[in-house]
Amino acid sequence: MLKEENKIFKNLYNAHGWEIESAVKREDWNNTREIILKGREWIISEIKTSELRGRGGAGFSTGLKWSFAPKEVTSRPHYLVINADESEPGTCKDRDIIRFEPQKLIEGCLIAGYAVNAHTCYIYIRGEYFNEGNRLQEAIDQAYKKNFLGKNACGSGWDFDIHIHFGAGAYICGEETALLESLEGNKGQPRLKPPFPALVGLYGCPTIVNNVETIAVVPTILRRGGKWFSSLGKPKNTGTKIFCISGNVNSPCNVEEEMGTPLKELIEKHAGGVIGGWDNLQAVIPGGSSMPLLPKNICDTITMDFDSLIANKSGLGTAGIVVINKDQDIIKFMARIARFYKHESCGQCTPCREGSGWMWRILERAGRGEATYNDINLLEDVTKQIEGHTICAFGEGSTWPVQGLLRHFKKELEKRCISESTFRKKRKIPYLVDQHLLESENA
Amino acid sequence: MSLKKIHDHQPESFEFSKSNLELVNGILKKYPEGRKKSAVMPLLYMAQRQNENWIPLAAMKYIAKYLEIPYIKVYEVATFYTMYNLAPVGKYFVQVCTTSPCLIRGADKIVKICKEKISSEENTLSKNKLCSWLEVECLGACVNAPMMQINNDYYEDLDEKNTLEIINSLLQDRPIKPKSFRNRTSTAPEKDRPIINGGKNA
Repeated sequence: MLKEENKIFKNLYNAHGWEIESAVKREDWNNTREIILKGREWIISEIKTSELRGRGGAGFSTGLKWSFAPKEVTSRPHYLVINADESEPGTCKDRDIIRFEPQKLIEGCLIAGYAVNAHTCYIYIRGEYFNEGNRLQEAIDQAYKKNFLGKNACGSGWDFDIHIHFGAGAYICGEETALLESLEGNKGQPRLKPPFPALVGLYGCPTIVNNVETIAVVPTILRRGGKWFSSLGKPKNTGTKIFCISGNVNSPCNVEEEMGTPLKELIEKHAGGVIGGWDNLQAVIPGGSSMPLLPKNICDTITMDFDSLIANKSGLGTAGIVVINKDQDIIKFMARIARFYKHESCGQCTPCREGSGWMWRILERAGRGEATYNDINLLEDVTKQIEGHTICAFGEGSTWPVQGLLRHFKKELEKRCISESTFRKKRKIPYLVDQHLLESENA
Repeated sequence: MSLKKIHDHQPESFEFSKSNLELVNGILKKYPEGRKKSAVMPLLYMAQRQNENWIPLAAMKYIAKYLEIPYIKVYEVATFYTMYNLAPVGKYFVQVCTTSPCLIRGADKIVKICKEKISSEENTLSKNKLCSWLEVECLGACVNAPMMQINNDYYEDLDEKNTLEIINSLLQDRPIKPKSFRNRTSTAPEKDRPIINGGKNA
């Protein structure tokens, strides 16, 4: 278990108060000036030493991302954008950081902004978090009053401004390029990459986009040293992480723990165990709804970090753990997730726009017990047709959970089928004829 | 993608109130010069707040003129994002989260109560015209599931009994204050929570 002294978010449950005075008592804004005066190279190399990986889902090295920002500022200013468009089902960690630890985020913005040469930072917060956004604005105003932001922020000689921009209920705006489109006042439809935002981002200028949690841990890492952070957790999966444990547990909660903590320990120790006991566990989604679910036998031993979950064909994602016990209908559960993706597809790429609805309808059929064996093959085929054929990772995000269901609960699906298929396929010809598939081994 | 219907009865004209016009300048200052278009989302929100929580077409035209961008660009944004209401909603606009983490903790029961008490159809005003409700996707409070959002506020940790109380209070125009209905103040684990329903699902 994580020792109290190693916790970064000491006010995760608002036991001490969120205002700037109590935040300063918790060491926020302590030595910020000295940290900044140590220079860009030092900050970035210290973050690289800490092996901090992005907390928004993809797990990309934060130090590396920052080093992609151009070293010299040309006529195009640099921007820092914070992604607070937390909409992944099962995830509610950023909300608590914004409500209860806003100064950590604001201080992190200043340091990160300095490290990537940005004078302006936009925090893109989802529109539903109206009260949280107002709280954050209040916290920013408090920081301005203390001269921690604005001209010569914190006495560091660096001018820095933070603006809040509210989203309006589009899940896709959590994708970084869709977020930038939305900030520019367009529909949130992702851009083709490359060029990556680090070179051509907001208003065509170099832009670094980071998740709230990633930025909020930066000041503590720099104060306590990258070595301290990398000593926690596992190699390449270092540090602490806020886990959100929801679903069929006795006491759903957010909790900060070391990376690599066993899933069973998280559920039993912090969340009061599965409703009906551990043996009543059916499956767990380990990292927000986009990540494939894990059946009970894997949950018994799995540790929660990026690499061991990838080894089990899932992923840590946002660390939103959704526990599903045996009282739930797993097919209907997955059909509801498919409906979420059908609703949230931005409609730009045909495979995703059409396919997400297709997956939903098949799963709904299966949930009602009206599917056929062919439907199962069709479902698998549709997921393969979407995955990798879209501009952004939404295609993968919507198909992976369904593929996880097919991988681990195919028998359950087959039980729901009403009839034997009219013919058994001998050749693997896809339903949606795709020329390049016919040419390869499938032909 | 969600389908949104434009309201049949549209007002002839729309303009920002004086107090809102003052706020607009502050909003425009957030964005660099020549990037006024970025303000389209905050301005749509402002129009929505000024016009009883929905955006008429006249407001879109007004904003387009104000920001010097084509009308269709504003229309595009207003129809893309789900939080812009293009038809009137109730004074109390109830949004029930029904995505999977809420669903497995009983969100369907809340939907049932909304159907019985407010209106059998989504996006339809209740008999006394005070309330309307809508099923929405994940609202990002999964640890406090099931939950619903009424106007801007989150009502968390619900069950059938207190949902009924909340909806009744809305219909009587005396809304209960937003909070967690298991008296939580944060997302901390509840250490001494009694096992409810004999250990069965909430």
